[in-house]
Amino acid sequence: MVTKFMTESAPNTKMSARDVKVFYGEKQAINGVSIDIDMDNVVAFIGPSGCGKSTFLRTLNRMNDTIASARVEGDITLDGENIYSSKMDVVQLRARVGMVFQKPNPFPKSIYDNVAYGPRIHGLAPNKAELDQIVENSLVRAGLWNEVKDRLTESGTALSGGQQQRLCIARAIAVDPEVILMDEPCSALDPIATAKIEELIHELRGRYAIVIVTHNMQQAARVSQKTAFFHLGNMVEYGDTSDIFTNPREERTRDYITGRYG
Amino acid sequence: MNHGQNEHTLKAFDGDLITLRGLIAEIGGRAEKAVEGAMMALANNDLELAHQVVEGDKRIDALEEQIDRMVIQTIALRAPMADDLRELVAALKISGVVERIGDYAKNIAKRVALIDASQHIEAARMLPAMADATRQLVDDAFTAFARRDADLAVAVCAQDKTVDDFYNSIFRALIAHMIENPEHVGAGTHLLFIAKNLERIGDHATNVSEMVYFAVTGQSMNERERGDDALAPNAD
Repeated sequence: MVTKFMTESAPNTKMSARDVKVFYGEKQAINGVSIDIDMDNVVAFIGPSGCGKSTFLRTLNRMNDTIASARVEGDITLDGENIYSSKMDVVQLRARVGMVFQKPNPFPKSIYDNVAYGPRIHGLAPNKAELDQIVENSLVRAGLWNEVKDRLTESGTALSGGQQQRLCIARAIAVDPEVILMDEPCSALDPIATAKIEELIHELRGRYAIVIVTHNMQQAARVSQKTAFFHLGNMVEYGDTSDIFTNPREERTRDYITGRYG
Repeated sequence: MNHGQNEHTLKAFDGDLITLRGLIAEIGGRAEKAVEGAMMALANNDLELAHQVVEGDKRIDALEEQIDRMVIQTIALRAPMADDLRELVAALKISGVVERIGDYAKNIAKRVALIDASQHIEAARMLPAMADATRQLVDDAFTAFARRDADLAVAVCAQDKTVDDFYNSIFRALIAHMIENPEHVGAGTHLLFIAKNLERIGDHATNVSEMVYFAVTGQSMNERERGDDALAPNAD
């Protein structure tokens, strides 16, 4: 397996996983995955349903902690620091490694409060003026400011699906994360809203390390510079997106991306 | 390569690819026949056959258009990846190259009527052998495509040197003949162009093979595997 030989990390590595295994009770869902994620490249995880791509994504900010039967082995580091160490504050970790989900899930609060929520609980804004600034910056960066600046007090749930998803991205950005994990962020959106999210991912690249799980291979091809193909709990192949989609090394990758899988 | 062993989940996509491969086989076969027909017309001074070759080129042009449309449609509708994508890009480029082979064959056929058949030009006696070697290259290039055979594609590129050597020999022989027989300059020049056309057809067979190699392996054939350029230092 490719992953076995990866031991040293590239200099600009943000997150690094080594021989990560995940178990749900007796069942092993991830069989020893090693990967480096850096600031310069959007990483896409692709693979058929049940291949483990979302499970692995969730190990990167310990979202699997919320599942009682889930157990994670191996090392995952953020800036060289083991995120599964007992010294790691999980709430802090999830601020540093933010997440955006498949279905937009704004809080049933105003647009403003959705974005202000994180900075408030993390004590990032000492006064109202600074909080206003964080909310505005986050909404601008999420490409939503012009659409909502005149109705910040309206409920976040009243926005369209695409706007809600950008609101969730603004909410993730508001706590100034270092990594953003996206789990099929566009699968509930129409093509225009999808294009806006993809453009947003492109603009956020470099400022944050970004990992996106997607079922849509064209989307992986459009937004990512690196692609990892997962199959049956293994990371079969990880490489430059342009190589994966034009000349994959592994037979299983080829079968999947050309639609021959199964 | 085990291309085609396992089918696409979407069967209609396989149907598209099979149709496309059929069209490539047809255009390749027609181009090869055109080269053969043009040279036979030349050998036998058969104006009727030459006319058929010229007319037949329209079908090759139409096939090229059909292939281009089908490739663009398939890329747009099926969003192909990896070897599927490479094959479609190769098909698109190959159709353009084959259309050129057809044009060269047509050009040879058109010259048949312009050459004074009564003039015996000994220097052109190598032309049928050159034509045979050229036709074989075209045949092998399309066999390589049909079989997804990267090794045969490499062999075609190596074999192109034979055609280039023929060209250089014929070139020198015809120039020498025309210097000694100025009354043969008209026919000699036509024969020279015919040899040049054959040499270009050989180059295009090489181009087809390079695309086959790319489609099969995902890599471009390296310089070493390509045939040398036709022009020897003293050929002109």
